[in-house]
Amino acid sequence: MDNRKTILDVKDLQTTFFTDSGEIPAVDHVSFHVKEGEVLGIVGESGCGKSVTSLSIMGLVPNPPGKIVGGEIVFDGQNLIGVSERKMRQVRGNDIAMIFQEPMTSLNPLFTIGNQMVEAILIHEKKWSKKQAQERAIEMLKLVGLARAEDLMKEYPHQLSGGMRQRVMIAMALVCDPKVLIADEPTTALDVTIQAQILKLMKDLNVRLNTAVLLITHDLGVVAETCERVIVMYSGQIIEEAPVKTIFESPKHPYTKGLIQSVPDMRYKKDRLYSIAGNVPIPGSIKKGCRFAARCEFAFDRCLQENPELYETSDVQKTRCFLYDENEVGANDDKAVVES
Amino acid sequence: MTTKPLLKVKGLKKYFPVKKGLLAKTVGYVKAVDDVSFHVNEGETLGIVGESGCGKSTTGRMLMRLLDPTEGTVEFDGKELTALSSEEMRKTRRDIQMVFQDPYASLNPRHTIERILSEPLLVHGVKSAKERKEKVHQFLEIVGLSAYHAKRYPHQFSGGQRQRIGIARALMTNPKLIIADEPVSALDVSIQAQVLNLMQDLQQEFNLTYIFIAHDLGVVRHISDRVGVMYLGKMVEVAESEALYAKPLHPYTQALLSAVPVPDPNFSKEEVFLEGDMPNPANPPTGCTFHTRCPFKMDICSQVVPQLTELEEGHSVACHLYNETSDNDIKKMEGSLYAKG
Repeated sequence: MDNRKTILDVKDLQTTFFTDSGEIPAVDHVSFHVKEGEVLGIVGESGCGKSVTSLSIMGLVPNPPGKIVGGEIVFDGQNLIGVSERKMRQVRGNDIAMIFQEPMTSLNPLFTIGNQMVEAILIHEKKWSKKQAQERAIEMLKLVGLARAEDLMKEYPHQLSGGMRQRVMIAMALVCDPKVLIADEPTTALDVTIQAQILKLMKDLNVRLNTAVLLITHDLGVVAETCERVIVMYSGQIIEEAPVKTIFESPKHPYTKGLIQSVPDMRYKKDRLYSIAGNVPIPGSIKKGCRFAARCEFAFDRCLQENPELYETSDVQKTRCFLYDENEVGANDDKAVVES
Repeated sequence: MTTKPLLKVKGLKKYFPVKKGLLAKTVGYVKAVDDVSFHVNEGETLGIVGESGCGKSTTGRMLMRLLDPTEGTVEFDGKELTALSSEEMRKTRRDIQMVFQDPYASLNPRHTIERILSEPLLVHGVKSAKERKEKVHQFLEIVGLSAYHAKRYPHQFSGGQRQRIGIARALMTNPKLIIADEPVSALDVSIQAQVLNLMQDLQQEFNLTYIFIAHDLGVVRHISDRVGVMYLGKMVEVAESEALYAKPLHPYTQALLSAVPVPDPNFSKEEVFLEGDMPNPANPPTGCTFHTRCPFKMDICSQVVPQLTELEEGHSVACHLYNETSDNDIKKMEGSLYAKG
């Protein structure tokens, strides 16, 4: 059994956007935890709430229109919801750091890399001298595999390639030795050969520094190669949770199954791809029943009426589907079909 | 399948001038596409893969003459496209249509779907309004939408539906060849599968020939009969899709295939990591453009440009490792990455 300590515990998180056309529950009663040094993946398609979940943890949900309306985010024993902005600023960077999809938009084009790194360090380490901070910055740049670290300190973001910028972002995020690194689609904007470099770097650093990683992605291949445990989100809810091997070997939810089958595999040619009918729902558009019912080939009456809870199908796997409700009469027949 | 080539490309080049200074003097050229040759057979799908900046989109645009090639010839259905006047080219475009990556940016937000889909018919001389309308309705249904969608505007559709509209627009003029430039990369996985299936169905139904430009190697394998790999403006390997994925010959193709994350945690692959980034195309390395990152680099690589040569039937590669004169380290590499999997 895994006896690592839980470092981040999200309980029943609800983040809602209040717009002119009504309330949109972007994150709808989401609970999960991250253990020390663990790599947890959150996977889902656009609009499933995976990015809003990560922004909620960092306290970066744009308000208005967004607001965390319920739940708890417990980091190292302390609830982060409702703490002062001043305290939150200490948490960000020191305890939890984040990197984003497009590194160019996260770096200031008017300042050198060195300038921005030193600023980040001095904000958190107030007693340090500028020289100390510079040394630390160079050390971090070397750690993420940037060879010309000293020269890079004097260069501007536009002089770097996409992969190098993402390395700089990782160096900056890890500069204060955070316990958790949230990576929101860190390699989506990069080419595959560069993506492979960055993923390898993140795995190495995870092992060397024991930083837990919350990896948010839409790419099932990235999940399979980097994560230990996976959460699948759909329309604001967690619909399945399991260790990475279990997710790919015996996915339970019809959506997870469909998603895995619809990825073209490079190793062999399928005559025809499996495809899930219909469209990804606009968040908040489905008020009643299971969010996936309209696209699900196994949907029955109850699915259109009630929203299923997360049923435990084993010690480590949970799924939000009535087929796995033991009290559901007749579900077993269908379940056999889904699992075949 | 017929093996008659529908499109033959020879020595295609596109150099973009780099201008500097007050008088905008040309100080150099970005060799976006540098001496690319290939052919596409009737009814087949040729996939073109490569990373950003490799020239795959520029190649696609030159085939339609949306960009004029600096050098080289494009022969389509017996006609030499580079020699046509712009009026003749416009007429030829009814046989070559394009599907773009971002379905939102390529549909005019102020026009209804009916107007968007009628436009190609108007341009190519379908005068009767009734006929146009019928055809719009017919093609909306062919791509899986409904006739009532014709009255709506692009913003009322989801990404996947918009791409269906983009495909319908390309089909309106009954083309022979469709050039699809990253048609599914902006879509979610579940929607991507729908659009790929649709494209395969349409190919059968209308006997279409596709050039499918993409960076996703899994998608390209799924849809292509043959695949060409581009690096820094050059075609480095062309082969039947099965052969290319089972036994990649060029070191770049090998690295590219090994870099793609496989959605199977039990699959362990041989990892080939490439050092560094793609060099600047304004100042490409001498000799083989890949030699700066190649794990099998030899002396000759930095001096002589390797030519694309056919090694096995239908499998061509541009690499000095396979020259008879160079020492035979090939054996080491031939144990392919994916043959085992």
